Amino acid sequence: MIKIDKIKSEFPIFKQKINGKPLVYLDSANSSQKPKVVIDKISKFYETEFSNIGRSVHTLAVKATNRFEETRDKVKQYLNAKHREEIIFTKGATEAINLVASSYGKKFINEGDEILITELEHHSNYVPWHFIREEKKAVIKFASVNQDGEIEIDEIKKNITSKTKIIAVTHISNVTGSILPIKKIIDLANEKKIPVLIDGTQGAPHLKIDMQELGCDFYAISCHKMYGPNGLGILYAKKKWLDILPPYQGGGGMINEVKKDKITFANSPAKFEAGTLQTAEVVGFFESLNFIEKIGMDKITEHENKILEYGLDKLKKNNSLNIIGNSKERGSVLCFTIKGIHPHDIATILDDEGVAIRAGHHCCQILHDKLGLSATARASIGVYNNTEDIDILCNAIEKCKKVFKI
Amino acid sequence: MELKELYQEIILDHGKNPKNKGKCLGFNHEAEAHNPLCGDKVHIYLNLDKENIVKDISFEGEGCAISLASASILTETLKNKDLNLTKNISENFLEMIKNKKKLLINSLDEDQITTLSSLSGVQEFPMRVKCATMAWHTYLSALNNKK
Repeated sequence: MIKIDKIKSEFPIFKQKINGKPLVYLDSANSSQKPKVVIDKISKFYETEFSNIGRSVHTLAVKATNRFEETRDKVKQYLNAKHREEIIFTKGATEAINLVASSYGKKFINEGDEILITELEHHSNYVPWHFIREEKKAVIKFASVNQDGEIEIDEIKKNITSKTKIIAVTHISNVTGSILPIKKIIDLANEKKIPVLIDGTQGAPHLKIDMQELGCDFYAISCHKMYGPNGLGILYAKKKWLDILPPYQGGGGMINEVKKDKITFANSPAKFEAGTLQTAEVVGFFESLNFIEKIGMDKITEHENKILEYGLDKLKKNNSLNIIGNSKERGSVLCFTIKGIHPHDIATILDDEGVAIRAGHHCCQILHDKLGLSATARASIGVYNNTEDIDILCNAIEKCKKVFKI
Repeated sequence: MELKELYQEIILDHGKNPKNKGKCLGFNHEAEAHNPLCGDKVHIYLNLDKENIVKDISFEGEGCAISLASASILTETLKNKDLNLTKNISENFLEMIKNKKKLLINSLDEDQITTLSSLSGVQEFPMRVKCATMAWHTYLSALNNKK
């Protein structure tokens, strides 16, 4: 068991000062910090067990392959997937979604077919579908966001037609923090036999996810937002798709037999994992999941919700602030604007106080256009944050107002 | 690095009340740019007369205090100046920001030099350099983009 109030000490990065002040890291929706166990596992792997995996027969190759595949088993167990070949390693959630858009889109989406997404989507769950729209003359439909920043199930229902070939929605919005009714969306889609992809980039780090309970076809994960190494993502793909989807990229490792006139492909997961993968990163991610399990995802969610509620309460009391989104079900994101101060200026002044946030459109231009904003400031919460961090954030916001004489 | 060197009074004033905003009448050159990382936008309009004098200049845009101030200061500084001089000022300004050089422009008075130099505070904030330079690059592109 790891005690949640002692959690900062598990992350070496918090030992340093930023601009002479303790680091208040409120940018976890962008990327989370890494606990020492993950950093140590990667160093130890490079120092004692590294070699390329799945190719050579020497001792190190065996050790490295075993370590690597241990993580696949761990992910399978963590997600409650039925089969280990349903776990595909990618370079990120972005690549996981590109893989589905490309492989599924090429085979199953034709002229006039519809792809249903939402106005809340990150560019990574829109642009890959745009490629298919261009290539196949398909149509992308956007389920509208309501005034609280939520996607209602009726809005999804309304947009489904006989031409809907896939529904691709985010689990949690990285701007409004809304938790989408994904279980309802999946049930509805299953009824109509439409496959569903969930962009779990913001969902997986904050909520318990169970593939059997959810019943979705695809779930994309970003490991670097789950206290894991950068450059690594996971695609969960239900077994029924593994044989019928064409490979995504070609290269070593994904083939069965290569002749001058014919190529046959390996089975999943190898089929979708062309080239040398991020070996040490995959090995390190084992410890990220261990770390999460030692605390307990339910405890992480509860803790983060407490900090979020505290933050929302405190920021709402500040009259100069406008909080983006007012969803009933909300994950660890606090987006806001201050009248008269551009989010970039807010971020620079907060940084001077050691507070790290993100400013910009957060790769959600469709949503920002709808909100009539070019940019927002975003504080996002991770397991290591506490109420004191929120207090420091609020004091730093007062400093912004002072600099800008508001 | 002191924050107050970045957010000097001059910059805050220009940021809050930018000069020459909108489309100037009879513009015959224009260019726009945006920073996809942060969503900042700038669009420069200018009227270059037959004698190669910048008769009028204005901008439209959205962005942080630094980028608005930079565009505002640009229009104020370059208005009614000869084309070659505006190029020289722009290049000198970009040199000052990028290579931390002092401004060396004989034809500008001390006030104008002080105003332009106020933006040099971004040198210590590498992520903000583009905020200060975008309008100037856009001005140089506008010169090559005749309507």
